[in-house]
Parts: sequence; C-alpha cells; structure tokens
Amino acid sequence: MRQSWWKILSIVLLLYCFIGGLLVPLPNRIAYEDSNLYESMRNFFFHVPMWFSQLAMISVSLVYSIKYLRHPDLHNDIYAAEFARTGTVLGCLGLITGAIWANYTWGTYWNNDPKQIGAAIALLIYVAYFVLRNSMTDIDKRGRVAAVYNIFAYFIYIPMIMILPRLTESLHPGGKGSEGNPGLGGSSLDPAMRAVFWPGVLGWILLATWITTLLLRVRFLEEKKLSR
Amino acid sequence: MSRGAGYVLIRNEKLLRSFSLFLNYFRAIKSLHHIIALLKKDLLLEIRQQYTFYGILLYVASTIFVLYLAMNQPEENVWNGLFWMTQLFVCVNAVAKSFLQENAGRMLYFYTIAGARDFILAKLLFNAVLMVVMSLVSLLLFQLLMGNPLQHPFKFVGYACLGGCSLSLVFTFLAAIAARARQGAALMAIMGFPLIIPQVLLLMRMSNTAFADVIQAGLLQIILLLVALDILVMVLAVILFPFLWKD
Repeated sequence: MRQSWWKILSIVLLLYCFIGGLLVPLPNRIAYEDSNLYESMRNFFFHVPMWFSQLAMISVSLVYSIKYLRHPDLHNDIYAAEFARTGTVLGCLGLITGAIWANYTWGTYWNNDPKQIGAAIALLIYVAYFVLRNSMTDIDKRGRVAAVYNIFAYFIYIPMIMILPRLTESLHPGGKGSEGNPGLGGSSLDPAMRAVFWPGVLGWILLATWITTLLLRVRFLEEKKLSR
Repeated sequence: MSRGAGYVLIRNEKLLRSFSLFLNYFRAIKSLHHIIALLKKDLLLEIRQQYTFYGILLYVASTIFVLYLAMNQPEENVWNGLFWMTQLFVCVNAVAKSFLQENAGRMLYFYTIAGARDFILAKLLFNAVLMVVMSLVSLLLFQLLMGNPLQHPFKFVGYACLGGCSLSLVFTFLAAIAARARQGAALMAIMGFPLIIPQVLLLMRMSNTAFADVIQAGLLQIILLLVALDILVMVLAVILFPFLWKD
C-alpha cells in the first residue's frame, strides 16, 4: 500500500466514528423530548458525513476541471472524471441513507423536502455529466466540453443547495420553520456529538479520496496500455 | 538624467494611460456594435426563414390544443403547473434551433469576425427575447383555451416574462455545449432538466400568488433570487463560452 499513513488514518477515524456513533449518549432534549428522532438520530453520524464528502469530491472535481481549461492536460481531465464518479456514488449513498432516515422520522421515503430534491438534482447533474462524456470520442473535445459543463453545473448547483432550503419551509433542520445551520441539527451541535462527527467527516473524505486514487491508478494503467 | 527627460517620461506615461482608457471605451463600443449586428442578423434570419419562428408558434399552439383536449379547463394549480411545463418544453425546442441548425463553418466565421464573448451575449439576448414572445403567446392561448383562473393577470404576465427569460438563458448555454458535442436536442434536455428544476420550483411558488390571494412570504426574495440566478448564468456563460468554441 503506497503512502499508507493517511489510509490507515481514514480506517481508524471511520472505526472511531462508527463505534462512537453507536455508543455516544445523545442530547436528551433534542433527541428524546422535543422530537420523534430517538435513536435514529445516530444516522446523523453516517448520512451527513457522506454528504460532506460528496461535496468535497465534487469540489475537487471542479478544481481539476478548471485546471484542465487552463492547461489541457489529459491527466487533469481524468482526475476530474474520477472524482466526479466517487462523488456521484457518495451522493447515491447519502440519498439512500437520508430516505431510510426519512421513512422513520417524517413518514415516507420521499417527502419533497428541498434538501432531498437538491440531492436528487446533484445526482441527475452528474449522471448527465457522464452521459455527456460518453457521447464524445475525441479526447480533447471531451475533456474541454465536460470541463465546461462541470463548472457550469457546479456554480448553479452550489448556490441552489445553500439558498433553497433556507428559503422554503423544510422538514430538515434550518428550513424556515426552525432555526440553526441547516444540516447540523439546531443552533449548535452537542459537544459529545461534535467529537464523533467531525473526525467522521474527515474519515469519509479520506476514504473517498482513497477509492478515487485506486480508480485513477486503474484508469492510468488503461491509458498506458491503449497508447502502446 | 536631467529634469527634462524625466518630465517627458511622466508625460508619456500619463498619455499612455489615458490612451488605454480611451481604447477600453472604444473596445466596449465596438463590442456593443458586434452584439447589435449579430442580433440584427438573427432577427433577419428569423423573419426570412419563417419556418423557425412559425415552427415554434405551431408547436406552442399544438401543445396547448392537445392539453385542452386532454384536460379541458383545469383548476388553478393544475393550470399553473401545465403552463410552466409547456414553457419548459417550448424553450427546449425554441432554443435548440438557435445553435443546432447552423453548421460548423458558419459558426467559425461568426466567431472569427465577432469574437466568442459578443457571440454568446447576442445569442443569450436573442433567445431571451424569443422566449419572452413565446411565453406571451402561450399565455394568451392558455387563457383562451384553458379558462382564465388568474386573479392578477398583469402580475402573471410579468412572471411569465421573467420565467421565459430565465429558462432560455440556461438552455441557450446548454445548447452551445450540446452543439459542440454534436449531439442534438436530446442531450441538451438531459443536461438541462436537473439544472432548471430549482428555477421551475421558484417560478411555481412565485406565480401561485397571481391566482387566489395567496400570501407568499418572501415573494420579493424569490424574485430577487431568480434575477440573481439569471445574472449568474449569464456571467458563467460569458466566461465559459470562449473555452467551448476553441477548436
């Protein structure tokens, strides 16, 4: 295993997050008294870090797309595509875990909540990105057009998911009916939960990067074989 | 060096700075000229090759007629939803023709004489105007055929214009991307629908206020958000389009 320190770190952090997430005492008022969350609030340690790492992957993909437009190097294009791929998978996972959570707390799997809609939009955008990539065979044109679409879609998507849930009434915390930062459950996160949550975010981001580096290595080997 | 030479150097620098400011002003005027010339060209083509404009008009009329036969005269929120869905599909068809009907040689010619930035600005503006016209026509047909549940018709006219403009800006740039990929309107629709969902949601919420006296808290916020989105799309298109046309 190359450069193993951060990979081992990611495994350690993820194990810490999983075990801590299942064991840490939940804040009494928010989880048990004021809402119907009870133990399902523990999904917070799984669903939200997946979403954070999806955002991280997509942002890195954007950076490589911008780099590709400045220096049309095939490496940048491949990096952008593989990071977007991992981001899409994480987005699927985030959507599925969110739907399962919603089934137990809000009643049904799909509630037309703005954040759910935003996550579905992200999925559609990146699937369209891959359809666009596959529709072109010329490598340079593919890289350029895909990079342009990636940048365009990202800069429309990010304002949308930041602003839309705050404007409309949302079942998620932070919508118009409630206060606080959307996604962190109330005006401030309980310190015990915080101690498990942020390492978990870092662990998921490192895991996603690890998966992406493996995909990249496979892709570069394929490229090398094809260009022989 | 003597005082004389330094004095001449400073004067030259001032002259140079004021000359470059003048050049920038001149460049902006030239840009405006290009944009107006391209707009005039597009308008002339639309008037001469009548099949494009009348083709879209016929599409609007047929769609609304089929909707009328299927739904007769629906109640308010169905009316609203059908109106915006019709706008979406009309926009896809209207804008697709603007990029996908010109062949590569002519596009290259326009890019070299007018520059990428002026070209995309002219296309964005022209498609916005075209879509606003189509929105007004389809609003008229909707009111004729599908009944008139509007309480505040003039407000709705404003909303229809804003909505048509917003939809056309996004789809124009996506048509440019799809034209580069040589793929056509299907790919444009695939790329466009996810990106247009937030705007359609905002438009639906906004236009609901023109029916019964629904108090929509934050109506001004929604309108400002839509306008800000439009400006964002235009800025992104102007920045990204020069990378697209380089071949």
